[in-house]
Amino acid sequence: METGAVIETHNLTKAYKGQTAVDNLSFDVQEGEIFGFLGPNGAGKTTTLLMLLGLTEPTSGSAKVIGIDPCREPVKVKRLIGYLPENMGFYRDLNAWETLRFIAELNEIPRSEADGRIESALKTVGIYKEAEKKVGAFSRGMRQRLGIAEVLIKRPKAAFLDEPTLGLDPDTTNRIIELIEFLARERRMTVLLSSHFLHHVQKICHRVGIMIKGRMVAQGPLSQLAEEKLGVGQESYTLEEIYLKYFQEE
Amino acid sequence: MGGVTAILKKELADHFTSYRFLFLFALIAMVSLITAYMAGVNISTQLVDVAKPRFVFLMLFTSSGIGFSFVQFVAFFGPLIGLILGFDTINRERNEGTLSKLLSQPIYRDSIINGKFLAGVAIIAILLTSILLTVAGIGLLMIGVIPGIEEVFRLFIYLIISITYISFWLGAAILFSIIFRNVSTSALAALAAWVFFSFFVSLGANAVANALTTDTTISSSEAQMTRAKIRKAVSLISPMELYSDSTITIVDPMRRTTKSMVQMGWMEQLSITRFSGPLPLGQSILVVFPYITTLIAITFICFGISYAVFMRQEIRSV
Repeated sequence: METGAVIETHNLTKAYKGQTAVDNLSFDVQEGEIFGFLGPNGAGKTTTLLMLLGLTEPTSGSAKVIGIDPCREPVKVKRLIGYLPENMGFYRDLNAWETLRFIAELNEIPRSEADGRIESALKTVGIYKEAEKKVGAFSRGMRQRLGIAEVLIKRPKAAFLDEPTLGLDPDTTNRIIELIEFLARERRMTVLLSSHFLHHVQKICHRVGIMIKGRMVAQGPLSQLAEEKLGVGQESYTLEEIYLKYFQEE
Repeated sequence: MGGVTAILKKELADHFTSYRFLFLFALIAMVSLITAYMAGVNISTQLVDVAKPRFVFLMLFTSSGIGFSFVQFVAFFGPLIGLILGFDTINRERNEGTLSKLLSQPIYRDSIINGKFLAGVAIIAILLTSILLTVAGIGLLMIGVIPGIEEVFRLFIYLIISITYISFWLGAAILFSIIFRNVSTSALAALAAWVFFSFFVSLGANAVANALTTDTTISSSEAQMTRAKIRKAVSLISPMELYSDSTITIVDPMRRTTKSMVQMGWMEQLSITRFSGPLPLGQSILVVFPYITTLIAITFICFGISYAVFMRQEIRSV
């Protein structure tokens, strides 16, 4: 395996009562890389993310996140990783600021520093004006932004983003996509991005992995996958074409 | 252990702003005040022209004005406080999807239960202490007797046992909220447990005792004795029984034993009626110590099961 891998898994397998959710998964993501984690619903993407966070124990195989085994030391891993789940829940009675303060407290970010981080995170996702509003009154898109802010205030070394742009308007979507790219480039943040918005993935991801029925059927830079599936010399291709090709073959 | 503090703080804030807490507080305050008032009236009318017995002040809590005393009220309805505070602790978070968020933060799983349990205990302590003090205040006004040092000590011990007792029910409620995914299911299960231990255990104890002592070869007084023993033993599986037994000689020092009259030998009965001096505080504690220990032990057992179940649960199905 290459050195400097922030995420690496080796034959990672998770079986639920006779069903294999994740089947001998081996992949790695380098520092500062944006890895597009693609696949149809129920392909085992979320299960993989949960195993990488130490929230679920793998049936067999191993994983390392920033050199730490998430099975052994989940708290250490979770301190360094920001996770945006697909269907995120919020405490309805807290306002946006209180929500972020709670997250900051759980992460043991000192109070003096937390306020600054919260303010800048709220501004980045564009809900600074609504900071005093109860989350219960938030729209879908605003909740999504708050979820991203929760990841941002941790200043994580790596982020697992499950559908970060779901329910966002085009303007905010672009801002978030640019933000992810910026964080990866400038702060060397590693991003594991799972999304069905393939044109966004194509725009910012350095490499993609396509997962179908628990197995990673392809991984590599987009140009390489394009060559494999669409033939050499393709000038213009979209990720969508490649993805559908793989999907039909299965 | 920053996780525990953060969760504790948030839970406390949640409790204090919730209607549930206000409602509980109002209800309990109302009932206790009425009880205290009736007991006060009762005591002050009976004390007219009579030499003041010792521990009058404690009678405020043990004498029944309108059918039940303060102590009985806490024994009976105290569990409801714990259950109402705890029945949706974990499953509400699970249903709203906040559990997976909490767990993806750098905290241990047990911090979540610990923080929530401690917040509940704090609320229970605040509720009980304030109500006890209010009742004491009303009592002071009505019967005009100042409590002695020993009475204050006894009340304090009573308070601690009561907080432990209600905390046990809180722990049980948290366990239900972990086991049952559905909030209403866990509420019903918790209520069922309360009804079972409060009403049916004593009935069941009677039934068991009668069933086991139909032997006619032993004399009737002996049979009665065994029956009482069995009844006692069976009813001890109820935390309510444990609690009543552990508080009885604390707040009622004239009671010198947790045994019932039937179980006493005749000398013992004689000594109770003849030499009716109060039991010293130290001795009172000694008598009830096994019950207190058991009460604490079952709270821990309940907690242990909660841990074990929660640690093994899959977070996947959020």
